[in-house]
Amino acid sequence: MAIFVDRDTRLVVQGITGRDGSFHTQQMMEYGTRVVAGVTPGKGGQSFDGGAAGSVPIFDSMDTAVRETGANTAVIYVPPAFAADAVMEAAEAGITFIVAITEGIPVLDMTRVYPYVKERGARLLGPNCPGALSPGRAKVGIMPGQIVREGNVGVVSRSGTLTYEVVYQLTQAGIGQSTCVGIGGDPIIGTNFIDCLEAFEADPETAAVVMIGEIGGTDEQEAAAYVKQSLSKPVVGFIAGQTAPPGRRMGHAGAIISGSAGTAEEKMQSFEDNAIQVMKRPSDVVELIRGVL
Amino acid sequence: MNIHEYQAKEIFRRHGMPVPPGDIATTPDRAGELARTYGGSVVVKAQVHAGGRGKAGGVKLAKSADEARSHAEKILGMEIKGLTVEKVLVTPTEDIASEAYVGVIVDRSSKRPVFMVSREGGIDIEEVAATNPEAIRRLTVDPRYGLLPFQAYWLAASLYDDVKQQRAAAKIMGQLYEAFIASGASLAEINPLITTPSGEVKAIDAKMNIDDNELFRRKDVEALRDTSSEPPSEIKAREASLTYIKLDGSIGAVVNGAGLAMATMDLIKFYGGEPANFLDIGGSSNPEKVVNALDIITSDPNVTVILFNIFGGITRCDDVANGIVTATGQMEMKVPLVIRLTGTNEEEGVRILEEAGFSASTSMDDVVKRAVEQAQ
Repeated sequence: MAIFVDRDTRLVVQGITGRDGSFHTQQMMEYGTRVVAGVTPGKGGQSFDGGAAGSVPIFDSMDTAVRETGANTAVIYVPPAFAADAVMEAAEAGITFIVAITEGIPVLDMTRVYPYVKERGARLLGPNCPGALSPGRAKVGIMPGQIVREGNVGVVSRSGTLTYEVVYQLTQAGIGQSTCVGIGGDPIIGTNFIDCLEAFEADPETAAVVMIGEIGGTDEQEAAAYVKQSLSKPVVGFIAGQTAPPGRRMGHAGAIISGSAGTAEEKMQSFEDNAIQVMKRPSDVVELIRGVL
Repeated sequence: MNIHEYQAKEIFRRHGMPVPPGDIATTPDRAGELARTYGGSVVVKAQVHAGGRGKAGGVKLAKSADEARSHAEKILGMEIKGLTVEKVLVTPTEDIASEAYVGVIVDRSSKRPVFMVSREGGIDIEEVAATNPEAIRRLTVDPRYGLLPFQAYWLAASLYDDVKQQRAAAKIMGQLYEAFIASGASLAEINPLITTPSGEVKAIDAKMNIDDNELFRRKDVEALRDTSSEPPSEIKAREASLTYIKLDGSIGAVVNGAGLAMATMDLIKFYGGEPANFLDIGGSSNPEKVVNALDIITSDPNVTVILFNIFGGITRCDDVANGIVTATGQMEMKVPLVIRLTGTNEEEGVRILEEAGFSASTSMDDVVKRAVEQAQ
């Protein structure tokens, strides 16, 4: 099984002709993801040449792309000014899983996008996220395919490269992953930790979960309470930003300690209070996961 | 991005809100002149991006132009939470009958704008939230419809019993919401919203934070940025599209990705060192970014060692290696570099570095330990 993306993923790439979009389309195709369509307004009728990995038809709109190809998943590489519209276009076209890679979407745009997507029954991952990768099955987004390995550990994180670091440690130790999910570093995101934990709980191929959080907000604390209440699978956790000064935005728009709320200490404490083993450093993941598997 | 009180007040005025007059002075003489035009009785308020200005002595009442001048003399140049006061706002004093709090923020859990109002105004709202949470009333706005008139009345009625004041406050709620949306704010606050003995409702303080992601489409708001209140190194970093935050330690860090950058700082601390900065070179593969990053970090005199922690994904290790070689060729390096390169094009990156006489590790723990040793 795995969660969110799998062998039945039929992917459409929004912004396929852009610099990032074309580079990552190639990478996703080489990984074996079924990329069935691309969308760039004005370039309908052309096709994306993925070399040995094949070619992908390009459409002017999501509506046509979905109708012609039966795509069920979308990944968005369009610039921040147009990204909110791209997400809503995907939801309106009937896509059920939408991954927004774009960084820098105004938060007020997201306050309108979120209910729009939800009312159409779709799930949004991100924005400002690296996507989702189910090793050996499908890669949607920008996570490097060479650092993962098939296995039974679910990984969910607010970060990009820190996720790679942890996944790489696991892979080097011979511990594989069911799905690696980056939920994104923005204050308003479509899928939170609890959504991913729920999905991992329901996935028979996931035996344990690694949860990587950071300062800012209360998503980790709420997830910790959820773990204690509803999760039968063991969870180990990490929080980045123990040395972050309050009131400063640490790169991610959502990584900010407001007043005295959202500190790393508070989050690590809530992990400990809810039976989540806390990693003191990223490399601790191997020992802790071995201990619970 | 933070903007100053006087700038937020200007935005409020443009949206029709009752905000008393006021103007900025950068010299004591100008503050005295302004006080005279307002009739002598004024408040002199430090304009810095820090809370707790009053407690720090940055807000003073004056009864005459001379007193305003001497207050301004003390406040200008004063340091509040490490920031030097370069400007004061001079505004006429108001007679106050009651003080309330009104704020609107983007709420992360409900994913919507949320109003918070309280009859307990003029004080730290976080403190009220902690000690007396029932004193705060919250209202969630559906951004697709905006603040509806009945919602504005509900908010106003939770602050005032007098019908006229409720009407006046409801109008202010609507105007505040408009200002919030039109400026791309993440927070807009009136603290306090006062009533005068004659029954008028007025906003005598204003605070707004702007979502940085909005600035590309709001040049008028971007123009309000006060670079004099930022460290020059952070301004330079922003112009080079780097995210840099200066800290007090001795280990400079260059990292790709915000989460990994924070985790690197934490690991420095874990092994007994102190990070000198947060620096995220972002996801792009531009060697120029590495040159700029090194330039910024080496200008911090506290830095005794520079640590690179690069996990190549979109960022390519060979680009970073080229950046390091270019930068060290251009500038004289007075401190050692400790480098970790893993991921996309790792072998090529390591080869480039070795040819230039550097060594690179693939383990994050190893390089951080080495950096901490070398910093001592």
